[in-house]
Amino acid sequence: MSIIRRSLTSLLIALACLVSVPAMAQEDPGKALLVNLAEAPSSRVEEAINAIVDSGDERARGWLEAYGNNRLSRIKDTGQVVLVLNNRGRDWEIADPLTGENLGEMSRRELDRVAINNAIRGKLEGIMAMLDLNAADPDVREASARDMMGKVDAALVAPLEARLEKEESAAVRDRIEAALAIYRVEQGDIEAVEVLAGSLHPRARAALNNAAASDNSQLAEAANKALASIEQKLKINKAAETLYFGLSMGSVLVLAAIGLAITFGVMGVINMAHGELIMLGAYTTWGVQQLLPGQPGLALLLSIPAGFLVAAIAGIIIERSVIQHLKGRPLETLLATFGISLILQQLVRTVISPQNRTVVTPEWMSGSVVINDALSLTLNRLYVMAFALIVFAALMMIMRRTRLGLDVRAVTQNRAMARSMGIKATKVDILTFALGSGVAGLAGVALSQLTNVGPNLGQNYIIDSFMVVVFGGVGNLWGTLIAGLSLGTINQLLEPWAGAVLAKIIVLVFIILFIQKRPKGLFPQKGRAAEN
Amino acid sequence: MSIKKHVKLGLSALALSVSMHSAAAEDPIKVGILHSLSGTMAISETVLKDTVEMLIEQQNEKGGVLGRELEAVVVDPASDWPLFAEKARELLAQEKVDVIFGNWTSVSRKSVLPVVEELNGLLFYPVQYEGEESSENVFYTGAAPNQQAIPAVNYLMNEIGVERWVLAGTDYVYPRTTNKILETYLKDHGVADEDIMVNYTPFGHSDWQNIVSDIKSFGSAGKKTAVVSTINGDANVPFYRELGNQGISASDIPVVAFSVGEQELSGIDTGPLVGHLAAWNYFMSVDTDANWDFIDAWIDYKGDDTVVTNDPMEAHYIGFNMYIEAVKKAGTTDVDEVKDAIVGVSVPNLTGGYATMMPNHHITKPVLIGEIQDNGQFSVVWETPSTVAGDAWSDFLPGSRDMIADWRKPMFCGTFNTATGSCGASSGEMAAEAE
Repeated sequence: MSIIRRSLTSLLIALACLVSVPAMAQEDPGKALLVNLAEAPSSRVEEAINAIVDSGDERARGWLEAYGNNRLSRIKDTGQVVLVLNNRGRDWEIADPLTGENLGEMSRRELDRVAINNAIRGKLEGIMAMLDLNAADPDVREASARDMMGKVDAALVAPLEARLEKEESAAVRDRIEAALAIYRVEQGDIEAVEVLAGSLHPRARAALNNAAASDNSQLAEAANKALASIEQKLKINKAAETLYFGLSMGSVLVLAAIGLAITFGVMGVINMAHGELIMLGAYTTWGVQQLLPGQPGLALLLSIPAGFLVAAIAGIIIERSVIQHLKGRPLETLLATFGISLILQQLVRTVISPQNRTVVTPEWMSGSVVINDALSLTLNRLYVMAFALIVFAALMMIMRRTRLGLDVRAVTQNRAMARSMGIKATKVDILTFALGSGVAGLAGVALSQLTNVGPNLGQNYIIDSFMVVVFGGVGNLWGTLIAGLSLGTINQLLEPWAGAVLAKIIVLVFIILFIQKRPKGLFPQKGRAAEN
Repeated sequence: MSIKKHVKLGLSALALSVSMHSAAAEDPIKVGILHSLSGTMAISETVLKDTVEMLIEQQNEKGGVLGRELEAVVVDPASDWPLFAEKARELLAQEKVDVIFGNWTSVSRKSVLPVVEELNGLLFYPVQYEGEESSENVFYTGAAPNQQAIPAVNYLMNEIGVERWVLAGTDYVYPRTTNKILETYLKDHGVADEDIMVNYTPFGHSDWQNIVSDIKSFGSAGKKTAVVSTINGDANVPFYRELGNQGISASDIPVVAFSVGEQELSGIDTGPLVGHLAAWNYFMSVDTDANWDFIDAWIDYKGDDTVVTNDPMEAHYIGFNMYIEAVKKAGTTDVDEVKDAIVGVSVPNLTGGYATMMPNHHITKPVLIGEIQDNGQFSVVWETPSTVAGDAWSDFLPGSRDMIADWRKPMFCGTFNTATGSCGASSGEMAAEAE
């Protein structure tokens, strides 16, 4: 009896053990790690992060990334740590960081963010880069090794050296060596200065600058020598960079002005509402993006024809309703179109919003092409530059090679003669103005990627546009291109030396003086057409 | 019987509506709103107009004040500085408003100042500004430089270890004065001339390539570098975009901004900006019940889930409640009595503390430093241990050092010079003279 009872008890205990073992296994170690991180006071956060890394958990990188992006929160009531998937609006979408299970939406009021600041984020970046150094893709490894530069501390030296032993890619090896060298230079190691001698990376230069200012005269001397060689290279890169800035600003000016070069230059209409046509193009981009949420790239491509059409139609309306009645009265045209520009601005304010609209930059347009550590070309501007050249080429084609272009040139050179040859001057007027306005719309599409899309967008470009057209020579598209690019470059050359405000003034004074000397601009029209 | 009952009910309902009507018919308290609804500043100011209207609506639901309803009188000064003065005159002389909530830019405030002093009005000004002013008729519910700029610089210096400074601003009075104060302050704390870079850009500047590139090379000199930005309005968007494109992250060169709030960030993808800083006295993300209630009310009022709140809105919230308290305390809306009653009034702010109106017509505020998050919100990383009282006259400018303002009797002066012991011209007279 007692034996039976005893064996029954032991059976029960064994059963209980069996049940409790999976129960214990269910208690995910990750939970404790996350709660530990969430509860750590700022002085112990680093410890908590290291505990997560040391756990070797596969999910560790995801957790740390979420933490770095402010996406870890605690539910106030239960203390559960959750992953915030969407943190916009009133209710946030959350998920379980342990299982990845979607927990639905929760009011942001119920959530308490796990705090992080820049200091911790900097450390986190170093740790994450260290994790990424083991990635299979050499590009990822190189990027993470570059991130390590300037972030190496005593704890990271040993693992980095171990990684260096194993590393096969030469580019990654160079980066790791540079990252280690920065640390060693900071520690006063003279030999490491050699490694940094050719590096253009700002953090390498920072480390050398610090070494050059140190008390150790040998170290300072070596650092100064290395810096001298860097400075030389930097100067060349700086010059290339300024040129790029100038051309990119110039291409923006060309884009903004080239529509005006047609309406003002070719037709002779002073259209103060040109800026607002640009604005309409930019708003079209925003509108198309609203229609196609989640596909900013496709939306941007579609807004190129859409922006052209919207602005062209607006142009036709302006031409038919106002400008045609004021033919040959430039002062009245100026005032009337200025009124139109104010009407359009306020229309956008009332109908859409006085607030600026967000136009999303597609992934393939953000960031930059890295030439070297000191020179990188921002992608959005590179695209805009190419776009400006394409628009210019297309316009040249239209003016030179198409029937419309021929008609336009004929009507502008001698209206009466063209009409007697059977050209419908009124129709040509409409089409020309529509073309110029449409191109302004295209400029708006491009500008939406560079600047604010708001009711004041146009105002910022109208003066510059007139400046470019007048400087380039009225009625000459080539003049507009050259004038735009050169004014942009001059402005950017002056800016580091004179400041943004003064640079603008100097450019304006320069143009005024230039026009005094050559009233018809850089490329005046020649021949009989120019006489009147 | 039932008919009788109905008649009775009807009569009492009638009586009720009559009595309510008579309560409302007693002159309402007129609240003037002087914010631009068109032009450049509409982007920032329309929100403030809506805020005051919402606060009035809420107060009326509570039964108004002193048994009187409040009524908004809205005018549109159209971002046109001289028009601000005309509209202020219209509000005070024709509409006979009891109080004005308004203005954003300093230049518009300077334009209104002589008018409110002449016609003895009350103006609540909700935006952070450069200081150097204290008027009998104006209540400054935004931050003075010592409530925003100086604590932010202290944070960078002491907590982040910044030794090299870029002072970047838009070219007008607020950034220039603030940067002058900061330069003196930094030099007093041993920062060398070559470690300070000052840069001004025009309003609406959009081509930041060169300046950002300069900042990048200025920052690679070895010392920890930070940018203190007084860049105003929408020029910030291309500035931040350029920072992101040129790969300047907050852990390399943090940017601390004094004019960038939730509203400004709502027009921009903040992904690349995570970690850059702003100093304000309020952030939408502050986790207090008062704040969440305010946000919920605001969302309901606007009927849009994605609307944001910001610092000047909180300033109007505080200013409005202070006015209500002062009117209750004085028992009248008479300007002189409200002016006397309001000094010392304390009302809760939205960040879990209290704001008190000081004798110099500035208020006490906590200073918060927030880091930008990827959803366009800020997360608070540091705050002053207690509230800071606004200083009308900066201690870091020559000429302003000796000045104090105290609108209690017997001193009753906004420009008292402690060195000479005399009271100078009023702020309104000075503004009128400057024109």
